Amino acid sequence: MALAPAVTDLEQLKDHPAVAPLLAWKKEAVEGVKFDRDEMTIYVGRDFIREACTMLRDNANCPFNYLADVTCVDWYPQEPRFEVIYHLLSISKRERVRLKVKLKSDATTLESVTGVWPSANYAEREVFDLFGIHFNGHPYLRRLLMPENWEGHPLRKDYPVEGYR
Amino acid sequence: MILNMGPQHPSTHGVLRLLLEIDGENIVRIMPDIGFLHTGIEKTCEAKFYQQVVPLTDRIDYLCPLTNNLCYVLAVEKLLGLEIPPKAQWLRVLLNELTRINSHLVWLGTHAMDIGAMTVFLYCFREREDILRLFEAVSGQRMMTSYFRVGGVALEPPLDFFPRVRDFAKRFPARVDQYENLLTGNPIWTMRTKGVARITAEDAIALGASGPTLRGSGIDFDLRRDMPYSGYENFKFKVPVGTDGDVFARYMCRVGELRESIKIVGQALDGMPEGPIKANAPKVVLPDREKMKTEMEALIYHFKIITEGFAVPEGEVYQAVESPRGEMGYYIVSDGTAKPYRVHMRSACLANMQLLPKMCEGRLLADVVAAIGSIDIVLGEIDR
Repeated sequence: MALAPAVTDLEQLKDHPAVAPLLAWKKEAVEGVKFDRDEMTIYVGRDFIREACTMLRDNANCPFNYLADVTCVDWYPQEPRFEVIYHLLSISKRERVRLKVKLKSDATTLESVTGVWPSANYAEREVFDLFGIHFNGHPYLRRLLMPENWEGHPLRKDYPVEGYR
Repeated sequence: MILNMGPQHPSTHGVLRLLLEIDGENIVRIMPDIGFLHTGIEKTCEAKFYQQVVPLTDRIDYLCPLTNNLCYVLAVEKLLGLEIPPKAQWLRVLLNELTRINSHLVWLGTHAMDIGAMTVFLYCFREREDILRLFEAVSGQRMMTSYFRVGGVALEPPLDFFPRVRDFAKRFPARVDQYENLLTGNPIWTMRTKGVARITAEDAIALGASGPTLRGSGIDFDLRRDMPYSGYENFKFKVPVGTDGDVFARYMCRVGELRESIKIVGQALDGMPEGPIKANAPKVVLPDREKMKTEMEALIYHFKIITEGFAVPEGEVYQAVESPRGEMGYYIVSDGTAKPYRVHMRSACLANMQLLPKMCEGRLLADVVAAIGSIDIVLGEIDR
């Protein structure tokens, strides 16, 4: 199957079951959309992420009741540097969507979504541990994989592959 | 009292440390402490070419290495837009199901052994020995096979491979009956597992459980049937679903999956198509060895792929497969070069482990062992 070009036009994608509830709730929450390789990506504004997730979980048409993953990509030295990514799945409708929040390197805090889906607990701890993104409202934000007294955030692009020790 | 069920423990199935706050025999709080097996695979992947990442993926969930391989190569093929020939797809399904049987046999053996039924362990490993010999025949390695490649599979299976698999598939259902004879009707087993570590369907979905852990609570969702990949839509199989959400329900789900997987193996053998085992993409897939020794273009492609890798168009993809533990996903971001920009593995066990406090708090210490076994954790996948 040859690759179709990515669709980024909000007008064309506004009826997608993940885009429609967000547009109906607040148009400015959606900063951009992309439909590429059969996958829907929505760029959500940093201040709206928790409520956007609640909207998507609770909407009756296509309830995204399952949070598959929370992860992050470091685009150093580009600004905004970090992109926090949420993968959602609607079990009943078999739909997936990806939410992305862009963060600048001097503002790496974000609201936690553990209140929306408790499964975000470990995933956000891992993002905090490996990237240094602080999640406000997380019940137990400590390092998960690295030892507690580790300094530095290993998956950032300015951290060498071999490490420091 | 805070008791440390330390990283070295025969029942934690790996280097898992649990801090148990107990009051006599009752658990007040459980705090898992993980990270003992963290090797930084996600960071290492950013420094390797796409084809060099395949052996790294074997070692993440080391009980089902071929499933990890499959998830990764499917993700890269989605990024590239490659079309895989049907024979490669059916071979992938066949080996994936054998891997599922492999993994469930380890689960059954170790879970039963933790609860006290030690005979089952040796019975399961007897069957596992046959499967490991099949993997060795097809890829040269018993466990870390790295058999799948971006674009197909690495080599043609040997001539006696399919007859051997058919022979195994004939013998296996009777063996599953043997395991069930020992356990399912056994009053000691049912007392240790029925009603233990119960979790409701809403809690399981909210906490991110997947696979048999979710199906044991009554949610009928299986990625192979509901969001099929790699040709699974051509196969007919049932998905066992439990109702109670306790250890026994999850046990019955996985034993049911053993039976269904061997049926899928039989269907794959019966319908195996003829044809090439690699996609037609000379810049991505290594050429045939004999052609490489005689044709100049094949030699140049071979050299370029090995030394410079193949460039993947920019973009990102999230590919999820149904591993024996649940939804295993690979999120790959490509920046247009021959090395992935970011590879993230969504681990089924990491999410499943969040169920442990909910399952065990308020229960007895001995039930923790049964609960850990029923979630079927593999620390390699949790820690990466």
